[in-house]
Amino acid sequence: MSRFAQALPVFAAAAMTSFGATTANAYTAYITNEKDNSLSVIDTDKLEVIKTVKIGQRPRGIVMSKDGKWVIVCTSDDNDVKIYDAKTLEYVKSLPSGPDPELLTLHPDGKRLYIANEDDNLVTVVDIETSKVLTEIPVGVEPEGMGMSPDGKVLVNTSETTNMAHFIDTENHKTFDNVLVDSRPRVAMFNSAQTQLWVSSEVGGTVAVINPADRKLITKINFEIPGVEKEAIQPVGIRITKDGKLAFIALGPANRVAVVDTSTFKVLKYILVGQRVWQMYFTPDDKLLLTTNGASNDVTVIDVANQKAIKSIKVGRYPWGVVVSPD
Amino acid sequence: MAFALTAAFALPARAEDSPQPAPIPIPTAQPQGVNIKILYVKENRSKELPLSLLDQPNPDDGIAGAKLGIADNNTTGRFLNQTFTMDVLEGDIDELIKGATEKLSGGDSFIIADVEPDSLLKLSDALAGKPAQIFNVGNPDDRLREEDCRPNVMHTAPTRTMLADALTQYLVWKRWPNWLLVVGPSPKDQLLADAYRRSAKKFGAKIVEERQFKIDTGNRRADGGYEQIQQQIPQFLQGAKDHDVVLVVDEDEVFADYFPYRTWVPRPIAGSAGLVPSSWHPALELWGGTQFQNRFKKLSGRIMRPIDYDAWVATRAVGEAASRKQTSDFKTLRDYMHSPKFDVAAFKGIATSFRTWNGQFRQPLLVSTPKQLVSVSPQQGFLHQFSVLDTLGIDKPETKCKAYTQ
Repeated sequence: MSRFAQALPVFAAAAMTSFGATTANAYTAYITNEKDNSLSVIDTDKLEVIKTVKIGQRPRGIVMSKDGKWVIVCTSDDNDVKIYDAKTLEYVKSLPSGPDPELLTLHPDGKRLYIANEDDNLVTVVDIETSKVLTEIPVGVEPEGMGMSPDGKVLVNTSETTNMAHFIDTENHKTFDNVLVDSRPRVAMFNSAQTQLWVSSEVGGTVAVINPADRKLITKINFEIPGVEKEAIQPVGIRITKDGKLAFIALGPANRVAVVDTSTFKVLKYILVGQRVWQMYFTPDDKLLLTTNGASNDVTVIDVANQKAIKSIKVGRYPWGVVVSPD
Repeated sequence: MAFALTAAFALPARAEDSPQPAPIPIPTAQPQGVNIKILYVKENRSKELPLSLLDQPNPDDGIAGAKLGIADNNTTGRFLNQTFTMDVLEGDIDELIKGATEKLSGGDSFIIADVEPDSLLKLSDALAGKPAQIFNVGNPDDRLREEDCRPNVMHTAPTRTMLADALTQYLVWKRWPNWLLVVGPSPKDQLLADAYRRSAKKFGAKIVEERQFKIDTGNRRADGGYEQIQQQIPQFLQGAKDHDVVLVVDEDEVFADYFPYRTWVPRPIAGSAGLVPSSWHPALELWGGTQFQNRFKKLSGRIMRPIDYDAWVATRAVGEAASRKQTSDFKTLRDYMHSPKFDVAAFKGIATSFRTWNGQFRQPLLVSTPKQLVSVSPQQGFLHQFSVLDTLGIDKPETKCKAYTQ
């Protein structure tokens, strides 16, 4: 077993005290720090880091189990996915993931985990209970973004060099359609009504909105920020509010999150956050949005209702992924 | 009814706010299949071997990069019912022209050429007016993009002026503007030295002194030899005017690597040894580079060199055009690659494309030591009216290329 497999609480004493005092809407956010091989734990009520633990090598994509008991992390340089206990942060087990896992998504059945293997042009499907690989799905070059339809019937994977969104039937695990998007697609995200699929293109600098029913492009969103050169606008993370009204787009080295109206597709606002903003996650009540800012080593907390950045929280080096506990 | 309502209210916020998802229909139809052929031509040349054992040429230099491009295109093509194949021809230029002409009638319209500058002109003139698009991967000569440009040639190799500008921008940013320029004896070295002189003028660096390097250092593999080099290089550099950097110009890599740590006064070496500008570096891991390097290593069993990268770019450009246009029609693909709408993601962090006035591939360039990336040019603060990438090399207002405007 790898020497990184065991979770090592760094500030165990501090954590003991803060974990006891959870209020009604205090959720826990988990941040992977790519360069530090660590996980920062944030209390979303106090808005501070309550614990930092060492985990596997090059942690990136992160999700939680449906019941909120497990934190599931792609440890890319260990070539596996590691599961940690969400409360104690103790190492539970590793899942076989195929080489260089980057992003993952959990099926609504709570069992099937879909993992993008960037090095092998595959999506690996693993049962998180039995830890068995169910199947491997061949996709385009450098698979990355993983968007699951809310009903669990369709998985969309984006491949960075092939520049496609691959539509995969989760019944038979076959691709049934492939939609070309602009260069280097990073993230795919369905709205909750399943009437829109949003795909960000990092190098293309655009976000494609696709109708999942016929896979036709509804619109393509461009971004323009005064004083920011065009090349720096690199959309990556996408999150859509549960009511389906607003989409938040992380614009990478433009250091901003764009707020987009999902009916007019107009950009309502650019919120200034930390440097090289990539991934984001809402608290379950949709009140806060947390962003990972890789180059400034912090997390920006956005007040969703007021569309304002309210705090930045220092975490580890090169924060990459973020997830918030369901309760 | 009442029961159902109660159940709905009891659900957590997520489901309550979410509209009922609309089902997604799943079709079965496949697009019609097409095949696109690429021809790789490599001219046999006798060349002096580079100094270091680490830099010895591989028989598949360039070809391996194109092969990876074909593999990447086919992975993408699988989903569009497009296949890509590649033929390789090696020989002297007359054999290559004969072979390319024959292959052209069989549909090999996209030709990647690793040939000498005059051979490139010969090849392009022989195929003029035919449905052929040549990609130059072997030559940095600016004249091939300027006074000798050809409408059927695009260039994925960076030019000498682009490479010189990339290094100069970094040295200027670093505030090391005073250079001692050491120039080798080959005609190529004279051209590269011209590029550095132009670059110094363009970005405000100063060549405080110039020396021609003429010492015959002998065969690279003689048993021994360092004893003499250790004496020769410092003596050669003795008594130079005060400088920040020794800029060594040696395009054939036959003496520049003797310079680091052998200078008269302690100064860094840049240019053809030490800090070197290039289109690719085998240790680059930025922007998804790790996966790209791994794929190359798996396919070829070695590390990726700039000419492999340049050939990959050419192959991917054809693949990118074919997947966007969903056709194998030569004119459609050719016109699209030449248009300002075309871009391709090439592991450089930002979109890369071809200059519409001479077909030169426009890209960020790397400034690195033999083992690590030091920086990426254009540097911060070097601005341009249209694209910062056009701060590297000869720009549109200065171009001497006429063939593209006709």
